[in-house]
Amino acid sequence: MSNQKDSCFHCATPIPKGVNVELSVDGKQESFCCPACRAVTQTILGSGLEKYYQHRGNQQQERPTEIESQEQLALYDNESIQSPFVRHIDADRKEATFVIEGIHCAACVWLLERHLTEQSGVTSFTVNLTNHRARLVWRSEEKPLSELMAAIISIGYTPHPFTPNQEEKLYEQEQKKAMRRLGIAGVGMMQVMMMSSALYLGDAFFMEEHIQNFIRWTSFIVATPVVFYAARPFFIAAQRDLRTKHLSMDVPVSIAIGGAYAASVWATFTQSGEVYYDSVSMFTFFLLIGRFFEMKARHRTGMAGNELANILPASATRVTDSAEQLVPVSELKPGDRVLVKPGHSIPADGILFTQHTSIDESALTGEPLPVSKQLGDQLVGGTINMEQAIEMEITSSAEQSRMSSILNLLDRAQADKPKVAKIADKVASYFVAAVLLTATVVSLIWWQISPSDAFWVTLSVLVVTCPCALSLATPTALTAAIGSLRKMGLLVTRGHVLESLAQCSAVYFDKTGTLTTGKLTLRETTPLCKQSTEQLNQLAAAIESRSEHPIASAFSPYFTYSVEDATNYVGEGVEGSINGQTYRIGKPEFVARLYGHQPPIHPEGTGIYLLMGNNSGPLAWFAIDDQLRPEAIEAVKQIQALGLPVGMLTGDREANAQRIASELGIDHVESQLSPEDKLTRVKAMQNDGERILMIGDGINDIPVLSGAQTSIAMNGATDLAKTSSDAVLVSADLRRIPGSLSMARKTQNIIRQNISWALLYNLIALPLAASGYIAPWMAAIGMSLSSLIVVGNALRLTKQL
Amino acid sequence: MEIIYLLIPVAIILVAFATWAFFYSVNSGQFDDLESPAHRILYDDDEDMIPEDARVKKESDAPSTEITKD
Repeated sequence: MSNQKDSCFHCATPIPKGVNVELSVDGKQESFCCPACRAVTQTILGSGLEKYYQHRGNQQQERPTEIESQEQLALYDNESIQSPFVRHIDADRKEATFVIEGIHCAACVWLLERHLTEQSGVTSFTVNLTNHRARLVWRSEEKPLSELMAAIISIGYTPHPFTPNQEEKLYEQEQKKAMRRLGIAGVGMMQVMMMSSALYLGDAFFMEEHIQNFIRWTSFIVATPVVFYAARPFFIAAQRDLRTKHLSMDVPVSIAIGGAYAASVWATFTQSGEVYYDSVSMFTFFLLIGRFFEMKARHRTGMAGNELANILPASATRVTDSAEQLVPVSELKPGDRVLVKPGHSIPADGILFTQHTSIDESALTGEPLPVSKQLGDQLVGGTINMEQAIEMEITSSAEQSRMSSILNLLDRAQADKPKVAKIADKVASYFVAAVLLTATVVSLIWWQISPSDAFWVTLSVLVVTCPCALSLATPTALTAAIGSLRKMGLLVTRGHVLESLAQCSAVYFDKTGTLTTGKLTLRETTPLCKQSTEQLNQLAAAIESRSEHPIASAFSPYFTYSVEDATNYVGEGVEGSINGQTYRIGKPEFVARLYGHQPPIHPEGTGIYLLMGNNSGPLAWFAIDDQLRPEAIEAVKQIQALGLPVGMLTGDREANAQRIASELGIDHVESQLSPEDKLTRVKAMQNDGERILMIGDGINDIPVLSGAQTSIAMNGATDLAKTSSDAVLVSADLRRIPGSLSMARKTQNIIRQNISWALLYNLIALPLAASGYIAPWMAAIGMSLSSLIVVGNALRLTKQL
Repeated sequence: MEIIYLLIPVAIILVAFATWAFFYSVNSGQFDDLESPAHRILYDDDEDMIPEDARVKKESDAPSTEITKD
């Protein structure tokens, strides 16, 4: 556990200098980074759940977010707002579904379940660790929903009402179906294997004929549901592929399963020849397992639900001539006037009615610095009001707001995504054609020579060329590689990622939040007086300590003492006094007015420059900027060493983009791009034959992430960005990207080796089988051996970390 | 060996029953979350159930469980 004195006991973030928030935990004095963290710990301890801190291992808890006001939560007690996510179980019990933000390990689940079930009125509360969904059953007469939501918030998690959409319901059905199929195949496999071993041994120990027959019949009974129920998806896919005249891997798989099953049924009914029920069930089971894991990975990121909806606030304060009224956002109509407090998000697109404010548009543009807005300017729904309470007039309803239009763009981009040609499918189509052709030719020839053997020889051709090795060649290599990548910190969520990564011809990054940390930090202090840099930083931190503005957070690491009183001048800066001396920090002109001269010459450079001064003159310049991730330079170098050009697409201003690019050695930079522009650029390059890997994080990157051939979302990305990308960089270390690229190339090599081996095996076995030299037991051994070699080769990928 | 004429059908009936039970549990959502139940068993929150005289000192009663992120 990381509870050294310099990091917070609850959230493990470093404690800023001078912050002294303590609480006695288990007899020991522990330090916290903020009162919110202490409050959470107090609640946890108060409910006797201190075990949480032991259970959670090394997991870091997120810093608790600002607690929504009771008044706002009380909206959820309203029947009409509850209706989408709450249903009545019986007269007095109701059931609500939430997506809980802030869960990362089983200890969180434990904590939540324990804490909530202890509340009065709660009948049951269960949390799903995989999809972060919680189901709450409570007696609504006894306790309003808002109080239970407050209980979740009080231990540091945020509940979002969850309304399953159509897609999620489908996911659930798909998962259940896959699980049932896997169960049937697994049970069937074990049963049939048991009976088959009896048959194998029976051959050696002269088992009586009637018993052998009986066992064959029972194997037939058990294997039939495996083929007709568990293996159904393969047959359906094969049928679809045949209809579209495109031979995929499902075709040989179906032929293998169907052929071997048909041969066994024939053998059972006519009491002649060999049965292959065991191979059929085992083959089905292994292929289903591979598909199952692929499906799990695909669902994992989609599970947390449509989180974009959460950016739009659930309630807004509508202002009418007579009164202010808290209303649900869905009830806002164009023409309504609303009041937005600082720190709250804008409910829908509209026009500013107040003189001035600044808006954090980072969700939309990725730009970390707030943008200043004047009376009459357009405001975009979902962005955050930073400076002061504003009044605005709504121009379009929440559903039609710009954020929602990005979602529409997403749908379009996904449809246009270039398809990745899978080698296995390409090889398979030739292979299948060849096998079918050979089988036909062989049966025709044997029909001429000896009609009675024709059926058996044809079948042995089909069985010996059973494309087990070929169809296992790709999935096993992919499963092994995906496992290794996951250990490295890259969670792959789409099947095509490894192949498209290996073929990728250019890598493009978003800037803010991807190459940079996305947080404002103090880059440089230029003293204009005799004081040391450190003294100046501390002084600035003291003056800014009362400010809510995001710029103030850049100074918080230097915080040691507080200002006596401070005044915010909207859009200009902060004034504060320390030991009777008045200081100002902010725009140069604003500071210069304090001492009455011209401001000093503005230093060269990018980012924001703030001046600090007192009555007697200027004291220092502060350059505030978004910092590069420490490993970004190395990551870019490694990608370039792999022979891939690196580019940057950003919504940020030209100068900032150029500075970052030259620091990193990035050759291709495009700045001031809207989300639509980014998508158009990437599409244009893809039309020119480039294969783009795009890495991004924000809402503004969502269209481009879904439109690029391959895309990786940063771990800090919004859930929607994660869902629309092909992989998620969980470790937040950019160096994993070149690592994944080389892993993808290695995987590609292994797949090629596997396919070559499988083809070679078939080339040797096919003529032998066609000429009638191969006994069924030899075919079985050959089949298993070639599959084992393929699997062993694929496992090499797990060692190359 | 004629006994297998009885035993194998019995085995198949048992398998059919197991399959039915499996389907029932999948459909009733018992397999929806495959991760948290595996961790839940590791939590020692059964202290009150341990008899007074068998309780051990604080240090040893809570092995720190390594939980990896999903």
